[in-house]
Amino acid sequence: MDASPWMDPFEDTLRRLRETFQVGHTRSAEFRAAQLRGLGRFLQDNKQLLHDALAQDLHKSAFESELSEVAISQGEVNLALRNLRAWMKDEHVPKSLATQLDSAFIRKEPFGLVLIIAPWNYPLNLTLVPLVGALAAGNCVVLKPSEISKSIEKILAEELPRYLDQSCFAVVLGGPQETGQLLEHRFDYIFFTGSPRVGKIVMTAAAKHLTPVTLELGGKNPCYVDDNCDPQIVANRVAWFRYFNAGQTCVAPDYLLCSPEMQERLLPALQSTITRFYGDDPQSSPNLGRIINQKHFQRLRALLGCGRVAIGGQSDEHDRYIAPTVLVDVQEAEPVMQEEIFGPILPIMNVRGVDEAIEFINRREKPLALFAFSNSSQVVKRILAQTSSGGFCGNDGFMHITLASLPFGGVGASGIGRYHGKFSFDTFSHHRACLLRSPGMEKLNAIRYPPHSPRHLRKLVVAMEARDCSCTLL
Amino acid sequence: MEREVQRVRQAFLSGRSRPLRFRLQQLEALRRMVQEREKDILAAICSDLCKSEFNAYSQEVISVLGEIDFMLENLPEWVTAKPVKKNLLTMLDEAYLQPQPLGVVLIIGAWNYPFLLIIQPLIGAIAAGNAVIIKPSELSENTATILAKLLPQYLDQDLYIVINGGVEETTELLKQRFDHILYTGNTTVGKIVMEAAAKHLTPVTLELGGKSPCYIDKDCDLDIVCRRITWGKYMNCGQTCIAPDYILCEASLQNQIVQKIKETVKEFYGENVKESPDYERIINRRHFKRILSLLEGQKIAFGGETDEATRYIAPTVLTDVDPKTKVMQEEIFGPVLPIVPVNNVDEAINFINEREKPLALYVFSHNNKLIKRMIDETSSGGVTGNDVIMHFMLNSFPFGGVGSSGMGAYHGKHTFDTFSHQRPCLLKSLKREGANKLRYPPNSQSKVDWGKFFLLKRFNKEKLGLLLLTFLGIVAAVLVKGLG
Repeated sequence: MDASPWMDPFEDTLRRLRETFQVGHTRSAEFRAAQLRGLGRFLQDNKQLLHDALAQDLHKSAFESELSEVAISQGEVNLALRNLRAWMKDEHVPKSLATQLDSAFIRKEPFGLVLIIAPWNYPLNLTLVPLVGALAAGNCVVLKPSEISKSIEKILAEELPRYLDQSCFAVVLGGPQETGQLLEHRFDYIFFTGSPRVGKIVMTAAAKHLTPVTLELGGKNPCYVDDNCDPQIVANRVAWFRYFNAGQTCVAPDYLLCSPEMQERLLPALQSTITRFYGDDPQSSPNLGRIINQKHFQRLRALLGCGRVAIGGQSDEHDRYIAPTVLVDVQEAEPVMQEEIFGPILPIMNVRGVDEAIEFINRREKPLALFAFSNSSQVVKRILAQTSSGGFCGNDGFMHITLASLPFGGVGASGIGRYHGKFSFDTFSHHRACLLRSPGMEKLNAIRYPPHSPRHLRKLVVAMEARDCSCTLL
Repeated sequence: MEREVQRVRQAFLSGRSRPLRFRLQQLEALRRMVQEREKDILAAICSDLCKSEFNAYSQEVISVLGEIDFMLENLPEWVTAKPVKKNLLTMLDEAYLQPQPLGVVLIIGAWNYPFLLIIQPLIGAIAAGNAVIIKPSELSENTATILAKLLPQYLDQDLYIVINGGVEETTELLKQRFDHILYTGNTTVGKIVMEAAAKHLTPVTLELGGKSPCYIDKDCDLDIVCRRITWGKYMNCGQTCIAPDYILCEASLQNQIVQKIKETVKEFYGENVKESPDYERIINRRHFKRILSLLEGQKIAFGGETDEATRYIAPTVLTDVDPKTKVMQEEIFGPVLPIVPVNNVDEAINFINEREKPLALYVFSHNNKLIKRMIDETSSGGVTGNDVIMHFMLNSFPFGGVGSSGMGAYHGKHTFDTFSHQRPCLLKSLKREGANKLRYPPNSQSKVDWGKFFLLKRFNKEKLGLLLLTFLGIVAAVLVKGLG
């Protein structure tokens, strides 16, 4: 038989996984727990390998790799293992008068075959954390790691499958073309992390099969700084979150909004912070990351021409290094304010007060995160009430995503759906309403059967008014 | 069209729809509308589907009133922020989930329960603080007209509007940008809606359909079973998305089932079903002809009478149905009930699993283990055991499909949640900057270890954790500073 050039490279894998799912292999709590433990062992056994790969791909320091990639993933694995049985339990719901004698519960069921498409900026975290949820919920999973973070991609393709049951888990590799091909297939759920542009492509492909999706996208996350703040504290916090992973974070503060007076005080504070963090020559600091590839490096270098460089502005093509930079005098129409920066560049936009800031924010797409710094909790709460965003943090950067009891996801152009902790489990489960009635007690049903008479109607209305729970009687 | 949507968006941006009092007022106005104009509403539904007043009231109006009351009672609690469990790092902060409106919501209704399927979502959308554009089905003309007439008389005219029209108007409407679209209807159009939504990254709730199987076990009381099935199947002349579409049972049961359904039909609708005021008609000629074509070549055990002029199709049961025939290839949505014989419950489960996931699944048996097995080994939007339809009635259940029967869910609080963004909020203070030194570069191994500790450690006793955190934070900052 000739290997046709049109042969689908994914067909066999997907069929195999689907068959495994259909025989119920992934349903038991024991199986799921074993998979999660395998994932935990993968992280422990390969810790050094993973650190090296992250250093290779993104020049991540041990601190960043440990905290934002390995530890977070490990934490999610542990959380899922601890709570798996509780999450899997049927959830009993309040009943109405008519269903008092019945059993009413919500059954959490796996969807079936899940596709997870992961990005390159936190290539371990953003692959494994969704994977934890999908496995805990009892699905079979196809993982498509980013081809751009090559070193991690290699480990995920070669090492990870050895720790999981390969009859219900597969890693597929490839670029945009292969991913497009993959998306032509039918999945029972698609989880995508990446840009809004590709998010639309994924959702359009999903629509052809009526596949539900979670899209973790991005946007320009505004960061408002009130006049009444200590500029040094603000500078510390903003800089840390902005320059972490060389700015390649979907929830990083993208741009600052403050008054010209505050800007004057912030600039020296930011310079002081940057020097303290990365030394006089940030390029030689082991704590600063690098841009993932040439394409993004060139994109970011071009943005350095916007406005005026107040701090930093240096770049080195060979190293894909961009200095921690602050831009001022930026016009709204300039490119740095038109796209998600995703790099170590922080533009400062001037506004005169909270109202203008809120107006500025609301003119734009809903961001993934929103930050507001102020000593006045009224100001913080006002910004919270009058804007919308995926998540919100007052007086700090994206700390809110480290709390597993808070869901993580976007709204509007920044995304659809959410995950982390139990929210992951719920995202990858179908919540099936189950009502088990008694096969007897038929007299109670009499009122619903025809033939109907005006007397029936009166009875029904009376019963309606007498109910103590606002649900229908029928 | 674009101008209309813009007007609604401007109204939303004014912030009018957000205060709790406003939402409650609008819901109260909606309730008044349903009560004061009950006659007009019932008349519209009745003329669209040849439905009796009792049926229109009990199938549609009652549920609407129930939902409004439920919303009025619970909304004040739902709109408040919900604190969440914190970890060591956030122990001293405020962490909560704040529900917020999404913006402009589009609700596309269906013709089979034309009032309920528009108003029930509308209630939740209003409750969640959104502006709403309603597009009733053009097939249920009278209800579409009455909605366009009544809603502006009772609700805010800029925040909640009705747009009527056919395929062309709906296509135009779908080109606009919304913050959520809830669509009730069929799979084909569901795909079109989702594709249109994808262009704007608009989340969707799709309430679709499918063939809802109904398995009847040997071990059951056929009298009761057949009464319940007859009620659920022929209600609204079979035009119910969660009607039992077909029966699976052992061949030996067929004759009894047919007999008992026949008797029940007579009890419910009399000797001459056509004259019963409780029996509806098919919505239009196209569907009438469609359902008729499903009868071709089938063994009609009873029923089968039709009258094109009145779009009447008698309650019909088919036996020994071949799964490959047309009646088993599409959702029937009519008063035709095929019985497909299977040898046992294993075969029934396989039969169900070979097909698309249905919106509802029904199983009748005295054997609880069998019911449990049927649930465990299949999937569907929802399940009712030993009855039909009823899981729809409990609004503490999320009502929705899975696979090709739909995505998302609503009813009760689930509607409020569907039309809200539950925004995670973390409020910290600008103080205690010392503790943050742990996370700032230059980094060291000890910082890594401390960082992991705070990130991953859990404490059972909150107050103890708080004390410990403060103590440890100070210790850590001092230590790390000392190590340099």
